[in-house]
Amino acid sequence: MSRARVPGVEATATKGWLRAHRFLVLRRLSQLLVVALFMTAPLLGVAVLDGSLAASRILGVVPLSDPLVLAQTLAAGHWPASTALVGAAIVLGFYALLGGRAYCAWVCPVNVATDAAAWLHARLGLPPGWQPPRATRRWLVVVALVLSALTGTVVWELVNPVTLVHRGLVFGIGLTWAVVAAVFLFDLLVSRHGWCGRLCPVGATYAAVGQRALVRIRADARAACDDCLDCVAVCPEPQVIMPVLKGEARGVPPVIVDADCTACGRCVDVCAKHVFHLGTRLVPRAPADRTRAANTVPRGTHRDAGGIRP
Amino acid sequence: MSTDRRPRSAASRRRFLGDVARGAGAAVLLGAGLGLHARRSAALAPTALRPPGALAEEAFQAACLRCGLCVRDCPYPTLRLAGLDEDVTPGTPYFVARSAPCEMCDDLPCVAACPSGALSPSLTDVNDARMGVAVLVDQETCLNFLGLRCDVCHRVCPLIDEAITLERTHNTRTGKHARFLPTVHADACTGCGKCEQACVLEEAAIKVLPRSLAKGELGRHYRLGWEEKARNQGEALVPGIMDLPDRMPGSGGGS
Ligand code: SF4
Ligand code: SF4
Ligand code: SF4
Repeated sequence: MSRARVPGVEATATKGWLRAHRFLVLRRLSQLLVVALFMTAPLLGVAVLDGSLAASRILGVVPLSDPLVLAQTLAAGHWPASTALVGAAIVLGFYALLGGRAYCAWVCPVNVATDAAAWLHARLGLPPGWQPPRATRRWLVVVALVLSALTGTVVWELVNPVTLVHRGLVFGIGLTWAVVAAVFLFDLLVSRHGWCGRLCPVGATYAAVGQRALVRIRADARAACDDCLDCVAVCPEPQVIMPVLKGEARGVPPVIVDADCTACGRCVDVCAKHVFHLGTRLVPRAPADRTRAANTVPRGTHRDAGGIRP
Repeated sequence: MSTDRRPRSAASRRRFLGDVARGAGAAVLLGAGLGLHARRSAALAPTALRPPGALAEEAFQAACLRCGLCVRDCPYPTLRLAGLDEDVTPGTPYFVARSAPCEMCDDLPCVAACPSGALSPSLTDVNDARMGVAVLVDQETCLNFLGLRCDVCHRVCPLIDEAITLERTHNTRTGKHARFLPTVHADACTGCGKCEQACVLEEAAIKVLPRSLAKGELGRHYRLGWEEKARNQGEALVPGIMDLPDRMPGSGGGS
């Protein structure tokens, strides 16, 4: 791939900066909001969200709990109280519908560090480094569960940067910066897209949860693709794009159904040809019918996607 | 996982299997390191006490979700959430008696907050909590042991005269005074830590320790003669046992 092309330049030129960074801005706001809402209890005395990403409470009533943490508790031999079980059911339902790894792109605080590392990595043109297969993270789910059973403790929480960072921010406790720095440097110097893309079992768990999620990134306007490959360059899970983008001839529906897609919308932002948009997995029955009405698209993205269609 | 990842040719099949092996290998390697780390971080600093109702430490390690809800709902600065730089499993709640003891809330907000049951909902009366047990660890510096009337630990105890009593003994140093020795009764002590916090010394002479560290344990086959006798209507357990003459101090017997 030629390094001369910087992804996003063309999109910014044709769509304007805001249009070309809309999902990025929204995601950062969302990630910030998740931390901020957890801080309302100590700062304002009203607990909108309370606890941490391991388990929490909305407005003091609705319980939420992280499925991987709960699974480890079970593996370690503790049958949790019903509050935690209900909390996990709510979280599972939410992400099963909205896309499992949306957690990664819209909630997880570590994602800010790994995004920054990926950005700098591309800018500096560094070599990819250690690239264990992407399935390693799924194996790490298994390892975390087996180790929890063997050691009788919720083992991944000893090192889980996701909850360590979130707790650190929300409770103001020790060495949060070190965890952030470790993940950042790992992704920058050791392994490109290494943490989220290859190792993190939290992301792998949410991917498993979102196998059949309704909300998906779509490539309905894939015929407009001019092969600039900016989307592949910015996507943290680039393997999910090509089969769909170039799948028209093979009859692949224009929906990125691969559960590894984090619904971060980077491809939407970076594409100057408006190929992608956020939609649902529902594929309109008539294959030849490419009208706008065929898609169910929330939040007005539909308008933009349709805007330049031939 | 989409069907696109299914290997088709022999070569891609080999690569697929190689990938599986590499992935599993990397995961097992990382897991081994994590397992060792888990061993080490299971140790709890003896000054760190768990909130009321906490399951025994081993079960607690399995049960606590590391959410911090108990910490949030504790109305005092008592409960803290462990960070990475402490000798307490990260994300788990604890308190240090000397700096902020448990105030023994009647309504146990910490227990009510716990979503996992790591703080057992079966604890309904805070006086039944057993967070640790106070031990008068240093008789050489305790003012009451020195013959003064400090009494502070006794007076601050929420279960005064049950969990700590003052036992009157003769002061052999002066020959004519009494000493009032603070004495903890483990069957009533909740381990809240008020005594340790209040101890007037630079370094507390009374400290709350984890029960496992503080308590001895009789051999399970031990029988206390006087208890057995009381249970046996005042009769000795083994009737007609020979009563040997008591050995008097200083009457020899050494070898
Ligand atoms: S993969 Fe893990 S660390 Fe990365 S964004 Fe997802 S949950 Fe966070
Ligand atoms: S009983 Fe009250 S003071 Fe003690 S740990 Fe629980 S909430 Fe905090
Ligand atoms: S509320 Fe329960 S699960 Fe959460 S940190 Fe406290 S003891 Fe652990």
